[in-house]
Amino acid sequence: MTFPNPLDFWEASASRQGSDRAVSSAKSSSAKSPVVVEARKLSLVYPTADKPVTALSEVDLTIARGDFVSLIGPSGCGKTTLLRVIADLERPTAGQIAIEGMTPEQARLKRLYGYVFQAPALYPWRTVERNVMLPLEIMGIARAERQARAREQLERVGLSGFERKFPWQLSGGMQQRVSIARALALQPDLLLMDEPFGALDEITRDHLNLHLTQLWRATGKTCVFVTHSIAEAVFLSTRIVVMSPRPGRILDVIDCNSLPRERTLDIRESPEFAAIAHRVREGLKEGHSYDD
Amino acid sequence: MTRRALPVTVMTLLLLAAWYIGAAWLNWPQAAETLARANRPAGFADVLAQAYAMKRPILPTPDQVVVELWNSLTGYAPTSPRNLLFHAWVTAEAALTGLAMGLALGILLAAGIVYTRTLEASLLPWVIASQTIPILAIAPMIVVILGNIGLTGLLPKAVICMYLCFFPITVGMVKGLRSADPLWVDLMRTYSASGLRAFWSLRLPASMPFLFASLKVSVAISVVGAIVGELPTGGQAGLGARLLSGSYYGQTVQIWAALIMASLLSVAVIAVVRGLELVLLGRAGAR
Repeated sequence: MTFPNPLDFWEASASRQGSDRAVSSAKSSSAKSPVVVEARKLSLVYPTADKPVTALSEVDLTIARGDFVSLIGPSGCGKTTLLRVIADLERPTAGQIAIEGMTPEQARLKRLYGYVFQAPALYPWRTVERNVMLPLEIMGIARAERQARAREQLERVGLSGFERKFPWQLSGGMQQRVSIARALALQPDLLLMDEPFGALDEITRDHLNLHLTQLWRATGKTCVFVTHSIAEAVFLSTRIVVMSPRPGRILDVIDCNSLPRERTLDIRESPEFAAIAHRVREGLKEGHSYDD
Repeated sequence: MTRRALPVTVMTLLLLAAWYIGAAWLNWPQAAETLARANRPAGFADVLAQAYAMKRPILPTPDQVVVELWNSLTGYAPTSPRNLLFHAWVTAEAALTGLAMGLALGILLAAGIVYTRTLEASLLPWVIASQTIPILAIAPMIVVILGNIGLTGLLPKAVICMYLCFFPITVGMVKGLRSADPLWVDLMRTYSASGLRAFWSLRLPASMPFLFASLKVSVAISVVGAIVGELPTGGQAGLGARLLSGSYYGQTVQIWAALIMASLLSVAVIAVVRGLELVLLGRAGAR
């Protein structure tokens, strides 16, 4: 499988945050435009009983094809909200956002993305295989192909032989891998992941991170990954978006092209890794006062 | 197995003992009177023996009931009106038809209530009010009204069962259809699944544990409904008819045999429902 090197597109969309590139240009471009997600002055305000809560405030973000972008920040910084806006699970109250040149709703209706939730969210009454087949069933794909595609994705996440098991018979890490296989079964170009490994222990997490980065390299998908772990963000990402709460906004966007595209667990010991992690930590510190 | 058998056995023995004591106590005056009238000796053992062997006791003993059941079940062909199986089948037919109708009505109402906010406000009070009317009062009315438009036999009884059965189903399914985890619902949205698809693939399967809990309640009351439905029809056949004719002629043993048959019928249907639940949901985890 060949896919465009994302590095080429970094040049094309060099100035991301605050870029004056109009959203309309993304709209008119072809389906294989180098820009997958483009947000301009995106805001989301929840009306509440006492005073409105600003979950997102004037967020500008461009995500290039093939990028692995992590959204990192403390709780309440709007990183999950931003991901949910991309997925059309929330509607912004102001600003513009385009997914492959379409509105998020159009993108959702065309099933352009796969979404991995914080919890595996597997249907307990379905076997592992039938959970992975669920999106394909909804798309109306024939039974034989459904099964073939489900098996292929389960093999990809290393769960061959578990097809007939029920979710409760699997460990937490395996369940989350099933949910990744389910998202991949749709064969989306865009993979949205909301702290998928947040509830797992560190050893399992390291293992799954390694797995995920290999998966990303093998498939060339664009990934948007929400996390609150600095190490995880630096290890996985080509770019890191540092966010800050009250109101939710972007503080810094860090390129990780000083790290090789092929990641192994030992790059975490490298000075480049430490430098990026330091910058992320500084960014988080700036936006977050620990005394409140 | 022995660990479970022991408490069950002990409890059964205690109940049987209480039954025998109760039978002796209730039948004692009548037994003593019979002996006195016949000028026979009336010592403690004589009266006790008489109390346990009366033709029309106030409370028959378990062995009398078992003998009556046995004679009825083995002495006649299953198609004979003297065999309790015949009556149990007539009642079961009405109860199961009513249960199926109640299941359909209950799920339909629950879906309406879950999907339409106005129905929740307008329908739910009526659903609850319907259950405050004593079934004994409304059952003859249902039989009369349906008889008037030419519907007799099984259907009026089934309608009475439905009237009783739909309520637990509706209450359980309203909760069940709303029990889907918000993430599961979001997942359907990311697949841009239609409302109907989300119902079939998510809400309905998620509600199954609730449905089966409700169904077990409904099974028990459907048998009660069928029996109540057989009382005002004059009682040609069915366990209700058997109870009615038993009470006309003071045949208490016959009444008790029919009662035991009715509870055996309920137990059998509940066992079927439980089996179905294990097959459908058992494999899907510790539900």
